Amino acid sequence: MRRPVGPWLALVASLLSLAIATSAPAQGYLGLGAAQDNGFAEVRPDRPISLPADHGAHPDFRIEWWYVTANLKGPDGADYGLQWTLFRSALAPEGSEEGWQARQFWMAHAAVTSADTHRSAERFARGGVGQAGVTHPPFEAWIDDWRFAHLGDGSGDAFSPLVMTARSDDFAYDLELSAEAPEVLQGEAGYSVKSELGQASHYFSQPFFHIRGTIVIDGVETEVTGRAWMDREWSTQPLVETQTGWDWFALRFDEDNALMVYRLRHDDRDAYVTGNWLTADGRSERLAPGEIEMTALEITEVKGRDVPTHWRIEVPAREIDITTRPLNAQSWMDVSFDYWEGPVFFEGSHDGIGYLEMTGY
Amino acid sequence: MIATLLPAGGAPLRPVVLALLSHWRRHPVQLVALVVGLAVATALWSGVQALNAEARASYDAAAEQVGGGVPRLVPSDGRTLDQADWVALRRAGWPVSPLIEREVTVGGEPVRLTGLDPLSLPALTGLDLGDGPGQEDAEGDGGDGFASFILPPFQTLAARETLRRLGLAPGDRPVLEDGTALPALVEAPGIAAGVLVADVGVVQRALGLEGRLSGLAIGDDPRPRADLAEVTGTRLSRIEPERPGDLDRLTRSFHMNLTAFGLLSFTVGLFIVHAAIGLAFEQRRAMFRTLRSTGVSARRLSLALMVEILVLAAVSGSLGLIGGYLVAAALLPDVAASIGGLYGAEVPGTLALRPSWFLAGLGMAIAGALVAGTQSLWRAATMPVLASAMPEAWAVAQRRWLRRQGALAGAIALAGLLLPSLGGEILGGLVAGFGMLAAMVVAAALVLPVILAWALTQAERRARPGLMRWFWADGRQQLSGLSLALMALLLALAVNIGVGTMVGSFRATFTTWLEDRLAADAYLNARDAAQAEAIVASLEADPGVTRVLPNWHADTRVQGWPTEVYGFADDPLYRERWPLLDTVGAPWDLVASGEGLLVSEQMAYRLELSPGDAITVPGASGEWTGTIAGIYADYGNPRGQIRVDIDRLTALFPGVERRAFGVLTVEGERARVVGMLGEDFGLGPDQLRDQAGIRALSLSIFDRTFVVTAALNTLTLGVAGIALLTSLVTLSGLRLPQLAPVWAVGLTRRELGVMELARMAALSLATAVVALPLGLGIAWLLVAVINVEAFGWRLPLHLFPGDWLRLAVLAALVAAVATLQPMLRLMRMAPARLIAVFAAAR
Repeated sequence: MRRPVGPWLALVASLLSLAIATSAPAQGYLGLGAAQDNGFAEVRPDRPISLPADHGAHPDFRIEWWYVTANLKGPDGADYGLQWTLFRSALAPEGSEEGWQARQFWMAHAAVTSADTHRSAERFARGGVGQAGVTHPPFEAWIDDWRFAHLGDGSGDAFSPLVMTARSDDFAYDLELSAEAPEVLQGEAGYSVKSELGQASHYFSQPFFHIRGTIVIDGVETEVTGRAWMDREWSTQPLVETQTGWDWFALRFDEDNALMVYRLRHDDRDAYVTGNWLTADGRSERLAPGEIEMTALEITEVKGRDVPTHWRIEVPAREIDITTRPLNAQSWMDVSFDYWEGPVFFEGSHDGIGYLEMTGY
Repeated sequence: MIATLLPAGGAPLRPVVLALLSHWRRHPVQLVALVVGLAVATALWSGVQALNAEARASYDAAAEQVGGGVPRLVPSDGRTLDQADWVALRRAGWPVSPLIEREVTVGGEPVRLTGLDPLSLPALTGLDLGDGPGQEDAEGDGGDGFASFILPPFQTLAARETLRRLGLAPGDRPVLEDGTALPALVEAPGIAAGVLVADVGVVQRALGLEGRLSGLAIGDDPRPRADLAEVTGTRLSRIEPERPGDLDRLTRSFHMNLTAFGLLSFTVGLFIVHAAIGLAFEQRRAMFRTLRSTGVSARRLSLALMVEILVLAAVSGSLGLIGGYLVAAALLPDVAASIGGLYGAEVPGTLALRPSWFLAGLGMAIAGALVAGTQSLWRAATMPVLASAMPEAWAVAQRRWLRRQGALAGAIALAGLLLPSLGGEILGGLVAGFGMLAAMVVAAALVLPVILAWALTQAERRARPGLMRWFWADGRQQLSGLSLALMALLLALAVNIGVGTMVGSFRATFTTWLEDRLAADAYLNARDAAQAEAIVASLEADPGVTRVLPNWHADTRVQGWPTEVYGFADDPLYRERWPLLDTVGAPWDLVASGEGLLVSEQMAYRLELSPGDAITVPGASGEWTGTIAGIYADYGNPRGQIRVDIDRLTALFPGVERRAFGVLTVEGERARVVGMLGEDFGLGPDQLRDQAGIRALSLSIFDRTFVVTAALNTLTLGVAGIALLTSLVTLSGLRLPQLAPVWAVGLTRRELGVMELARMAALSLATAVVALPLGLGIAWLLVAVINVEAFGWRLPLHLFPGDWLRLAVLAALVAAVATLQPMLRLMRMAPARLIAVFAAAR
């Protein structure tokens, strides 16, 4: 699960003064009980992911996000990273109220990273009035002038090509994404369990985007190309109260193979570590808790906090033993609900690139 | 005593200070005079400062309020805009936040209802909504202010002042005139007074304007964005904010006025302090000599005197600050009314205590006391050890003093005259005007003893030898001691005359002008265009109505000045009654042709326009350049104003609200027509005013505007009275050597007392006579220089001799009251004390 939930949940909690997760432990392993709250839909293992329809919004679920990260190279070989994220959070399922009274809220984060700088920005909007939203088909996700949208009329099944733009006062980007590989389902067929207590989400990814376009930092334009990774996730009752944060990796081993792993930290029990091995032919194998070992190797002070920026990841069953290092250890998302997110390199049993997100530090 | 015998410079300070202070124990009246003088001076000064600070703070609050202080996009047609335009702009990269605003009444009180969306641009609103986006670390249960604002049951935010005015408490639900209840009130700091703030969706629903907005606040975001016209065509226009500077500039003259009054009072107070310190110095000459001969160095002595002054200043200053707070608290409601009436800026009626104010007030008291004591300190420091302990021969000293005063007065007057030509460019006209005023007042004050001495000498020469000659000569002798008090009286009288003349002139002009301007019998403001059409149709069919004249206006900016553009129909009413100050040949024909326009006096003054000049007016449909046909007075309006033919207005602003009309009726039909409008169309008092009502309202606003001026005027006169009293009281003890011989030659104590009173009355009247030309000079400066600079209009000067007479009597009365105590004391004095004068050989 992509950890961006953390900040978003904090916002939602503040918006609603609701302790969303507090009722979770009583709801049993599948956490189904809470889903009946306020008429929201439940996250269920027997609800299959249906593509391309599930690219669109799920306003009957409480929270949802469209999450894109990319590892890029400039013409001089310099490395860059970027992020484009749109979060949706609802206090009530869509349709109960309209206009300003609609209780759907949107938040977006964008960032670019180079070896010597990391820029981030955020946007907020209320649903129901058109300032932000997701429509499909044709697919379009937007908040203000930030867009992630299908190019063309949206006919056909392919979720490609797409355009992705964001702008802030000190950076901007405008890129095109295309994918030949199909989306892959995370967890068990898209049903992603978040803890032993049964919190779960619907989760699929597209780890194999090709991306090219322009990034602008302080007015300087750079042509870039690289690979992008999209996560799509929605849920109604995602996390428990005792959870303190998470460390999430999206790692690309080669053209056809990728690894997603995450560690959900709790203050009252061991971290929950799981992931999926993803291949370009659409296959996805879940790595259960116990199959993956994540170890922080090096702590960096970032914005006055101690953040583990270098990691060792072991998956013995797959003979994976790698160490990761960040492109820029100071990849701090300096937004209202702040966290660390930036491109990483890894080496060891395998070499490659990817993205790391860490919350709760 | 041992300590004082130590070698020079080695003496401890404490005994010296104690010795000095013993003087005050023996002369408590002097001490009271000193303390009261400084306390009153500090009170008036710090009171005015507190008023100014309070007003400025509320301007800042107003500027920081929702969408204030930032540029906006508003509908070009003056109505509302479609929310879809807001979304389109956001999607084109414009950092705009939706606003919907209406003037509404809650329980009969007018307030501004503002709806906003805190999420789309939190920084812009300046609202403290507790935890929420834009706030660091909203983890935990956090405040729910933000959520409560945008989620049911919602909130209505208001300043404490607004709640007080509405008579509502937090938790109450304000009810609009149509019965709609707003969400429960929450007291919120940072919301400007007179404003209710709620979520944009809430306000849209309350006003029945779903999907409509009244404007978009533009955030400070330098991102590139699409051209406005590409997104919304010509539907929206950008307007610049009324910055805090605008309000500051508009109200600057008002605050300068207050400050000038405060300074004047402070100066008058310092006269008292100076007199008291100077007197104490003279009386302690012998003590100084003793101290010096016992080894206290001149430096140590001055240091001790300085400590004494500082202690007295700190005590009096603190008392003064308490007084200042009380003065400010008493005057604040009037100041608030004045500022509200003059500039439409709302100032809360409650006073906040600011530490900076306290420190500045105390500093001013101490600095003032030091300035007032400089002369004494200097003399103590430079006095030779063996200098005579006797006061110098007064006649020689007075002659020298008068020469010095005269020279100084001449120099200051010259500086004042040269000020506008030398410093006008640098200082700005307003400051130069006040500078001239100050120079004139100070020079006149300084020259007063010279004039009085001359007058007394003349009187003495003409008097028969004997008692009358002594009467005048003795008056001359007293002059040195009384001159400061008399100067204070002069200032108070002159300022009273000056300000009184200005206010009176203003009122006379204003009343006549209102009479001419309010030519129609009734003025109505329909709720909307549809109602306006119905009303006009009904009125035109009414045989009791002769004419219905449109009175529409739009707002724009001409060369950066906020300007109202009014449209009016060509009508004999205007041609006959509308007063014009300056015109081209046939002004009304030129305006009626659509090519001409009338501009207000302040606008002509600020933009340096004359009849015949061309002026370009930005309209919603583009710019238009017209010829100035005439200039008219527009007293009291801080904005510029232009009047054009009604067709020109609708061409310039196609969407102008067509709701306001003037109604002319057949004689005797006015009451019926007004009643019909109220009954048939439900026009409330806000929407329908007859001419008499508007005039009464305007005059009441006008009068409230000058309540503060009048109050400060009276206070200043009171301070002058205190100055006079303290001078006389302190002098009375010293005058025994002069009076004893006269008593000895046969005058009774009663006769002596009456002569004292008569002399004081004569001196006060003479002062009043000098005050008259000075006061008129002040009035002229106020009307012809300062008023033009500050407000942009000039007034004809009216004279009110009745007021002068009243003031002269008042001056004599003040003098009489001040003389009463010393006089009674003299009349009851034991003859033995008078005899003792001869026994105490000097």
